[in-house]
Amino acid sequence: MALFDEGLVELKKKLHNKEIKSSELIDESFKRIQEVDDQVKAFLTLNEEAAREAAKAIDEAVEGDSSLLLGMPIGIKDNIVTKGLRTTCSSQFLDNFIPLHNATALEKIYTAKGIMIGKLNMDEFAMGSSTENSSYQKTRNPWDLDRVPGGSSGGSAASVAAGEVLFSLGSDTGGSIRQPASFCGVVGMKPTYGRVSRFGLVAFASSLDQIGPLTRTVEDNAYLLEAISGHDGYDSTSADVDVPNYASHLTGDIKGLKVAVPKEYFAEGVNADVKAKIQDAIKQLESLGAVCEEVSLPHTKYAVPAYYIIASSEASANLARFDGVRYGVRAESNDLIEMYKKSRNEGFGDEVKRRIMLGTFALSSGYYDAYYKKAQQVRTLIKQDFEKVFEEYDVIVGPTTPTTAFKIGEKVDDPLTMYANDILTIPVNLAGVPAISLPCGLSDGLPVGLQIIGKPFDEGTIYRTAHAYEQATNLGLKPALKGVNA
Amino acid sequence: MSRITEEQVKHVAHLARLSFEDEEIATLTTQLGDIIGFAEELNGLDTEGIEPTTHVLDLVNVLRDDVVRASLPREEALKNAPEQEEGQVLVPQIME
Repeated sequence: MALFDEGLVELKKKLHNKEIKSSELIDESFKRIQEVDDQVKAFLTLNEEAAREAAKAIDEAVEGDSSLLLGMPIGIKDNIVTKGLRTTCSSQFLDNFIPLHNATALEKIYTAKGIMIGKLNMDEFAMGSSTENSSYQKTRNPWDLDRVPGGSSGGSAASVAAGEVLFSLGSDTGGSIRQPASFCGVVGMKPTYGRVSRFGLVAFASSLDQIGPLTRTVEDNAYLLEAISGHDGYDSTSADVDVPNYASHLTGDIKGLKVAVPKEYFAEGVNADVKAKIQDAIKQLESLGAVCEEVSLPHTKYAVPAYYIIASSEASANLARFDGVRYGVRAESNDLIEMYKKSRNEGFGDEVKRRIMLGTFALSSGYYDAYYKKAQQVRTLIKQDFEKVFEEYDVIVGPTTPTTAFKIGEKVDDPLTMYANDILTIPVNLAGVPAISLPCGLSDGLPVGLQIIGKPFDEGTIYRTAHAYEQATNLGLKPALKGVNA
Repeated sequence: MSRITEEQVKHVAHLARLSFEDEEIATLTTQLGDIIGFAEELNGLDTEGIEPTTHVLDLVNVLRDDVVRASLPREEALKNAPEQEEGQVLVPQIME
């Protein structure tokens, strides 16, 4: 049995009993990366020396240390800044960027004695659903190396699925944690907007972005979210709300839980076998005592166009900071405006430019009301859809994605087809509510993700539901790493 | 008819501080036209009198006391600057 087949609780027990050392966990990470990462291509930058030192320090004083993430190897998405360690957002613009501080979420991981293994590949500036928009490398799905791992947190999901780290952090603006978690057969949580500080997360769409955990099990996910959550004076949009002990919610008991099943999440375009797997999962929840009923989220079909206007508009403003003056690429020119333009042209990839263009257009004089304001009004309607359902129900369940992982190259040339892939994850970001994706079986050998959506700041009920399902089904899915000799 | 012209795309590119080759302008005009057309599906929805949502949390201005704290030393702050001179970032001349 591989070390990372066990969860955090078991591994920590073994650390305290001196059956294993943190150094061995870190060794396991780097050994596995050495074995498989030339094929999976999840990592951009490794933090080997510092990680080994941190493990050594933990091993020397392990007795009586009850820190939440004690000695555990963790991968970090490359849009989360890491002091002294290159942070690129998978963009050529930041190829040489060395941050001067740590993101709050990473500081919290260090406080909980977790160990950062390295930085994980992603779509450039988190814009994409396949990690093919990375300017460095294409991460591959450990279940089938010809397929995408999803995105934008493709490296975060693939590294956990491939057993390179015990868990990882990603970020989710329109599904960027849940969709890759679904494609790679791991557990990924997009917390309530404001639950986790965004300080040090390179901004894409500030009203939608959230950092969240990707893990193998629901229990590990609950612990990792607890570790990174909480109010932060450095992020005025982080909520001043108590952080529960999520693990205490994992009772296995969902008798009487009221579960809403939106009919729009089973519409045309959702693969028949994906639907069947989700229906099986719903039956499983019923057999555990949950009461499942069909509901409607009537504005679902408007979520994708509203999202692309809002997210691109916010992105066009956020990415204005990349001007070649204080950091990043600097092109030669005697004229300031020309220097900006040339630097940005050299530094940004096609999808990033396309979204900056769309956002700038939507915010430009004469078009603001027709596009940006209209999209914000639609956002209100989508948010109200959720509020109405949550007056009567505890959670909403459905598929995370319309299909399983698609082939590398299949959708990359057609922006609209790629965008449509996010139809089931985007409404959650627009409403700001929390949602998890967890594996619920295989379709043609590829993982299917079950999405569970909760009320604002009620991640606890999501975890309780997900954990009860996970324990009852005991799938224990592990990728075959087709083509990898491990 | 396309929803956006090549001239508009060039104008937006300037606003966004981007520049493109003619061939790229043509491709972008088509792609943006398609995406904008897709966004116009929203027009099928009556939003008269609906308040726009800019933010999901009920937040008001978050204020703190103005306290003097240590800041980054200048050398640190300039570490990532591509061009610098005498402790300042260097940009092309903007005034005659």
